[in-house]
Amino acid sequence: MVDIPYEGIANIPPAEAPDVELYHPRSWWTRYVFSQDAKVIAIQYALTASAIGLVALVLSWLMRLQLGFPGTFSFIDPNQYLQLITMHGMIMVIYLLTALFLGGFGNYLIPLMVGARDMVFPYVNMLSYWVYLLAVLVLASTFFVPGGPTGAGWTLYPPQAILSGTPGQEWGIILMMSSLILFIIGFTMGGLNYVVTVLQARARGMTLMRLPLTVWGIFTATVMALLAFPALFVASVMLLLDRLLGTSFFMPSLVEMGTLSKYGGGSPLLFQHLFWFFGHPEVYIVALPAFGIVSDLISTHARKNIFGYRMMVWAIVAIGALSFLVWAHHMYVSGMFPQFGYFFATTTLIIAIPTAIKVYNWVLTLWRGDIHLRVPMLFALGFIITFVNGGLTGLFLGNVVVDVPLSDTMFVVAHFHMVMGVAPIMVVLGAIYHWYPKVTGRMLNDVLGKFHFWVTFLGAYLIFFPMHYLGLLGVPRRYFELGEAAFIPPSAHSLNAFISVVALTVGFSQMVFLFNLAWSLFKGEASGGNPWRATTLEWQTPETPPGHGNWGKELPVVYRWAYDYSVPGAEEDFIPQNQPPRATQAVQGAVS
Amino acid sequence: MSAIILFLAVIAVITGWWLSQQRLTAKPWLEEGSAGDFPGGDAMTWPAAKIGLGVFLAVAGSLFVLFISAYSMRMNAVDWRALPVPRLLWINTGVLVVSSVALQWSSVAARRHDADGVMAGLLTGGVSAVLFLAGQLLAWQQLNAAGYFVASNPANSFFYLLTAVHGLHLTGGLVALGRTSAKVWRSAEIADTRLSVELCAIYWHFLLLVWLVLLGLLTGWTDDFVNICRQLLS
Repeated sequence: MVDIPYEGIANIPPAEAPDVELYHPRSWWTRYVFSQDAKVIAIQYALTASAIGLVALVLSWLMRLQLGFPGTFSFIDPNQYLQLITMHGMIMVIYLLTALFLGGFGNYLIPLMVGARDMVFPYVNMLSYWVYLLAVLVLASTFFVPGGPTGAGWTLYPPQAILSGTPGQEWGIILMMSSLILFIIGFTMGGLNYVVTVLQARARGMTLMRLPLTVWGIFTATVMALLAFPALFVASVMLLLDRLLGTSFFMPSLVEMGTLSKYGGGSPLLFQHLFWFFGHPEVYIVALPAFGIVSDLISTHARKNIFGYRMMVWAIVAIGALSFLVWAHHMYVSGMFPQFGYFFATTTLIIAIPTAIKVYNWVLTLWRGDIHLRVPMLFALGFIITFVNGGLTGLFLGNVVVDVPLSDTMFVVAHFHMVMGVAPIMVVLGAIYHWYPKVTGRMLNDVLGKFHFWVTFLGAYLIFFPMHYLGLLGVPRRYFELGEAAFIPPSAHSLNAFISVVALTVGFSQMVFLFNLAWSLFKGEASGGNPWRATTLEWQTPETPPGHGNWGKELPVVYRWAYDYSVPGAEEDFIPQNQPPRATQAVQGAVS
Repeated sequence: MSAIILFLAVIAVITGWWLSQQRLTAKPWLEEGSAGDFPGGDAMTWPAAKIGLGVFLAVAGSLFVLFISAYSMRMNAVDWRALPVPRLLWINTGVLVVSSVALQWSSVAARRHDADGVMAGLLTGGVSAVLFLAGQLLAWQQLNAAGYFVASNPANSFFYLLTAVHGLHLTGGLVALGRTSAKVWRSAEIADTRLSVELCAIYWHFLLLVWLVLLGLLTGWTDDFVNICRQLLS
């Protein structure tokens, strides 16, 4: 190892922080249901998010049936189609991805990776999950209320969102707003935990620059979410008041169903500003945890330290800060002051720089690595390719002049599904294959996993690549039927049918994954504590799955960064973060 | 949206200052060794609850500033008719100041291990906070009686909305205050409750600050102030 001058020993933190009393469950109910253990809460979050995510997946199948074979399925009418797109979008972005990355992976990984016994406010953490569950239930209930769920589109733009004529105007929109408000309250409770745990409960020796990038990603995303979600909260509350009390925050004066409505003077643009002030950071709230997790997967499975760790950290922080200054690139055609567009186009292109740095660093980490093409690695590679693809079309749409003709076409749909749908889901799946052994003590089946990866990866491309082409033709999004339009050739219709067939196939192949999850829980090969021979702390727990309090009697002490893979002269090709230096030095001495 | 951008800039400066203390330029791959070999970058030594409150105040601050952003954008529309601020609000403001001062007093008493002082401060603070909320409701009633309904003008809507959000935050604070008082009542040891009392006081000061900002906004003083600044700049 390199010689480092030992200059005095200042500022040594106490060996053991004053032991916060750990909550001990007394009954089955408080152990598995109303649990305050972050690991149980994580699993609850993940299962709830996956369940509602499956509902959204089925909604997308219905949409594809209609788009691929218009006129064939009489049970889908135009109103229902609008309801399908709205619920699919809202569930996937907020109730699945945000909840899964921060509530699921955040809860499981943060305490284990930073070497803490649990989150710092376990009771609030438990409340966070139950409020989230309530939000999901309120959302799901809209399928059963009179008028059905709202069909306003996931962006919920007023004035149409609350006017009669939009499906779900009676109950759907009210419950949607209430559910969002609940979600934000629940998330804030969880988010406080994630941030404070990283700040305050790190193990001895775990400096910020020794944190695994997963923690950096989740931490930064949480900070962003805490500051950005209030914008959605404000927008939801004000829209709810417009709908319920007849205020005119957003509602201009207009004629509704032939009569002059009670509204007047409000600004729909104001809603868009608030919505996208949340909406754009939201993209990175989903992307940053994915960036972090994928860095760890690549490093572990390529047996190589992450290339440019410092630059990776700075890039995460820079993306987090910049993402608050790009929101109006979603509003080029909204009628806002046109010259704003150029400011936001510039900031949008600037944010591509730290993002590109991350991509280069992933590729350079792979360069001459000892790459093991195990399932988590396959998904990580799939993510990089997909994210680059989606990111490049983002450069198209970030420019005002290119965006204007492409606005509201299938090109936009293809872009955001690649960059914010497929790419993060690749990471979610890779992360599940990677950490499942730690959560259950058993490996997932490898053959089924590889089948799952190839069908999902190739299928995603067969679905979303042709959509770019449809968009360039000018096929609009959110249309129930294309009808007879001169600019849409017959081939576009057959392409739509093709996409639908692939989408259904890929959708059903996810059942293989679900089967794998359930089967491996009982029949999977026992994994041992550290099957991937990884360095980070969660793999060094005394028990697998980690017990209550994570670490047995003594908290771990950290001596090195998270990426000591293939260190020259070391006995093994990985050195755990909590391995003291002397042990390795002795080994090195013997080798040299 | 300039208000929220300004707020985020302040948050960014604070975060940037903190990050600059964390040795983000360290080369962790070269720094093998136990804690303390490399000064800086250790976990915060403040109690978790205090950091938690700090983060929560940033979130709540962001919420209020976003409401203010929306207010400042909406008030430029032609249909905006500012409503007369009820005089009662000045009394309410005084009561809230009393509440905040009482909690500060309680916090100082806790540092001096003066159990009676703590309890007296908490009670005065709690009672005056409840009085403030009652006063706000009375102000609503006066406005309603005078015909300024919630939906009749956006200025009215914002008045009711902002006061309600502020009131709800204060109500949440009262729950925490109630729990703290119960803890002080039960426990003989002041040291155990010192932190809770201090956190209550911090939260109350924050809500007082928010209220003063909102009051400035609702009375139109902020508007005059911004105009003066603009004239000075141009």
